[in-house]
Amino acid sequence: MAYKTVIGLEIHVELMTDTKIFCSCPNEFGGEANTHCCPVCLGLPGALPVLNKAVLEYAIKAGIAFNSKIANITKMDRKHYFYPDLVKGYQISQDDVPLCSGGYVEIELEEGTKKIGLTRIHIEEDTGKSIHTEEGDSLLDYNRAGVPLIEIVTEPDMNTPEEARLFLEKLKSTLKYIEVSDCKMEEGSLRCDININVVDTETGKKTNITELKNLNSFSGAVKAMEYEEKRHISLLKEGENTERETRRWDEVKNETIIMREKGEVADYRYAVETDILPIEIKDEWIEELKNSLPELPHAKKQRFIKEYDIPEYDAGVLTQSKELADFYEETVKYIDDPKQVSNWIMGDVLRRINDEELEIEDLKFKPKDLAKLLELINEGKISNNIGKKVLRTMFETGDSPEKIVKEKGLIQISDEDELEKIVEKVLSENEQSIIDYKNGKDRALGYLVGQVMKVTKGKANPQMANQIIRDMIEEQ
Amino acid sequence: MDIINLTAMDMREKLKNKEISARDIVEAHIDRLQKMEEDLNAFITISKEEALNAADIIDEKIKKGEKLGPLAGIPIGVKDNIITKDIKTTCGSKMLENFIPPYESTVVEKIKKADGIILGKTNMDEFAMGSSTETSYFGITKNPIDTQRVPGGSSGGSAAAVRAKEVAIALGSDTGGSIRQPASFCGVVGLKPTYGLVSRYGLVSLANSLDQIGTLGRNVTDVALLLNAIVGYDEKDSTSVNMDIIDYIEGLSEDVKGMRIGVPKEYLNLNMDERVKEQILNSIEIFKNMGAVVEEISLPHIEYALATYYIISTAEISSNMARFDGIRYGYRAKDYETLDELYINSRSEAFGEEVKRRIMFGTYSLSKDNNEKIYKKAAKVRTIIKEDFDKIFEDYDIILSPTSPSLPFRIGERIEEPLAMYKSDIFTVPINLTGICAISIPCGYVEGLPVGLQIIGDKFEELKVLRLARAFEKHVSLGGENIGL
Ligand SMILES: [Zn+2]
Repeated sequence: MAYKTVIGLEIHVELMTDTKIFCSCPNEFGGEANTHCCPVCLGLPGALPVLNKAVLEYAIKAGIAFNSKIANITKMDRKHYFYPDLVKGYQISQDDVPLCSGGYVEIELEEGTKKIGLTRIHIEEDTGKSIHTEEGDSLLDYNRAGVPLIEIVTEPDMNTPEEARLFLEKLKSTLKYIEVSDCKMEEGSLRCDININVVDTETGKKTNITELKNLNSFSGAVKAMEYEEKRHISLLKEGENTERETRRWDEVKNETIIMREKGEVADYRYAVETDILPIEIKDEWIEELKNSLPELPHAKKQRFIKEYDIPEYDAGVLTQSKELADFYEETVKYIDDPKQVSNWIMGDVLRRINDEELEIEDLKFKPKDLAKLLELINEGKISNNIGKKVLRTMFETGDSPEKIVKEKGLIQISDEDELEKIVEKVLSENEQSIIDYKNGKDRALGYLVGQVMKVTKGKANPQMANQIIRDMIEEQ
Repeated sequence: MDIINLTAMDMREKLKNKEISARDIVEAHIDRLQKMEEDLNAFITISKEEALNAADIIDEKIKKGEKLGPLAGIPIGVKDNIITKDIKTTCGSKMLENFIPPYESTVVEKIKKADGIILGKTNMDEFAMGSSTETSYFGITKNPIDTQRVPGGSSGGSAAAVRAKEVAIALGSDTGGSIRQPASFCGVVGLKPTYGLVSRYGLVSLANSLDQIGTLGRNVTDVALLLNAIVGYDEKDSTSVNMDIIDYIEGLSEDVKGMRIGVPKEYLNLNMDERVKEQILNSIEIFKNMGAVVEEISLPHIEYALATYYIISTAEISSNMARFDGIRYGYRAKDYETLDELYINSRSEAFGEEVKRRIMFGTYSLSKDNNEKIYKKAAKVRTIIKEDFDKIFEDYDIILSPTSPSLPFRIGERIEEPLAMYKSDIFTVPINLTGICAISIPCGYVEGLPVGLQIIGDKFEELKVLRLARAFEKHVSLGGENIGL
């Protein structure tokens, strides 16, 4: 039997405008509870919302980056429901005339590029936060109330959890590229809800859509989707179906857990927000914003291939995020060997970043330091292996490579006299190896070089040591 | 000289000429207030200390020869749905019985800047829902002309306070007639400005696409004086309009010759008190005598205005009332187990009948099943009604109608009949639906009870409306210096 998984996403992204969407309170993460508030974002009676133009600007930029159509006339609506973190009993959002409609995001699969369609992107306000204490009290912090959001809704175009992950990665990197959001899932500036179901492609039978909420990381989202995919398939196999319901991922139990049964569909009683006049967006403004956009990932990748003459694969990895691409370009400025820089960044640098879940901007050393390290290697002052050790120290202390090399006495021994003395001593202690080498056992040479490295604690210039050993044995 | 008998304009003049002090004015009005309030209940909160302090500051300014604002020393009533910083703002509801706002409304800020003195917060129907000021949690306001009768509503407290000379002028709010109808019932002048002329920042929303703050006074000039002080673009209200400011007193000529006035035939055919109709017909003759051109016109879709109004207004009401949930401020029920119970009990205990009725009505028409066929359809009808008015204003300067189809009714007479109460708004609601401006002025008396004439102008044509009202007032000597009697 064959099954097809169908996945659609709803992503909420906080925009990095200076102020909130309808008032001039600062739009900052954290802060002492209820200190970034005013009558407007607290929804006090009589206070009125005034739309922050920067929110439109940021959202339009996102729309352009995702190939959406930008509306020339749009409006705000009220979405009603009661919840303590919602100050007015309604959220100011957009209903039937979203700011951006359509569009797509391209993801790279082994079989080629796939377009994931977007249904819409609209702007809305965030809510406050409820904090439930151990004593059973519920406290409310409204610092987040009125923080501008875009909601991005996709078409159900993804067919594997991996495709969904690639989509999210691409979405995130693009939004960071155009500097409209920092997309920090752990701070809630990117939040993702997933709709997933499975179709039996032979019988056409479909499971009911499960909604997955409260996902805290991309890896959690993938695990949740994989879990659901299996759950839906096994139910289909038994001739059963899923319930229409909302579930969340439990990281401890490694399974999805039911949050609420859907039963009846929520009625948000949408009404027009007449406190904000209809919004007119002129084509000239859209054009202006289009021209102001920075280079997007795809264009950057093409440029890297051309400008630095590096393989497509390298360019793809290096342009994953703007920060990484910037780091690469900055490093290349100081050392003119783009492929070597690429190897080091894709290798030791990224490995460490991924292992420790760091962000490139959290690194303690600068591109200039990495360039210096490579320079030390290229000049023969340290070996490649010592270089890797130095890099590890740079991750930990942030010290410059010169300082690390000096303090730890790692400068390579390239002095011929000094090396000859060491080789002489090693040869006198390993007569059997000399005989072996003379009898054609090449491995013996490697062993002898290793002994030299051991004695010098790795500082001997390996090429030179190799040559001196050969010369000395031949002279014997 | 009895200070309370002076017009606002005169108070200001006499203050400037140092004939009286600001303290004299405030004390005289507080005396009057204390005498009248037992009968009338026009105020919810009297801010005596603040008013006396404000008066002393003005007297100090006069002493130092400093420049005075245009409302210097004038005692003003503010409807209790307009936010006043540090002064309780209840909206006539148990829900906000103890709500003291930490911020100021734009209009009150402007009044204070103009040296006006706020004497207190006037009574109103709960959250401005009503046409009689009988639904206030703080008791019924009585009509000063006949205390057996209602003062109209929802700005009944403001109209009664002005009529009873407790204040010289007052602010009201008008969503479907809430300034004009009480002005009519109390025999004073009440203006509902064009939507967007006066900032709504700090007006607690009833139906936010219809609400507008306006002014009440005992004559047209006083109404214009207060209007001058509160108009203007406000960056805190995106629906306020950025345009050149007009001086409504400076521009107040009394010449109406050649002005083209339309009288909708649909209005005169409506079911109304014949005595009211007779007064209106008399008024039309007066305008003709003054040289205006009066013609019959037609507003073909006006019969749908009342239904459209009640659908749109209740939809917006149900939305605007949602924030009163007992969580952050306002009334919270004592007994509840769950979050839902906290909401339900708080709202059930703190909202009155009329508020609940309109929330239910609005919730129904916004619901998924009805949104398209009721709420959105009403919005379309609203556009058609607007087009009717636009067409008329291509050819006419002014439209005339009664303000209310009836004389002030007795307390308790209609409170049990919501539909009959809603129908009393029939002439006033189209003005809010279309966002244009209108004034109600006293045009005659029937058995001692006042009849109001509604003078309607196109968007931002307040000056035309005021001019016609002023000319009429002068001609019939009903208002002006004769304090509206
Ligand atoms: Zn704020």
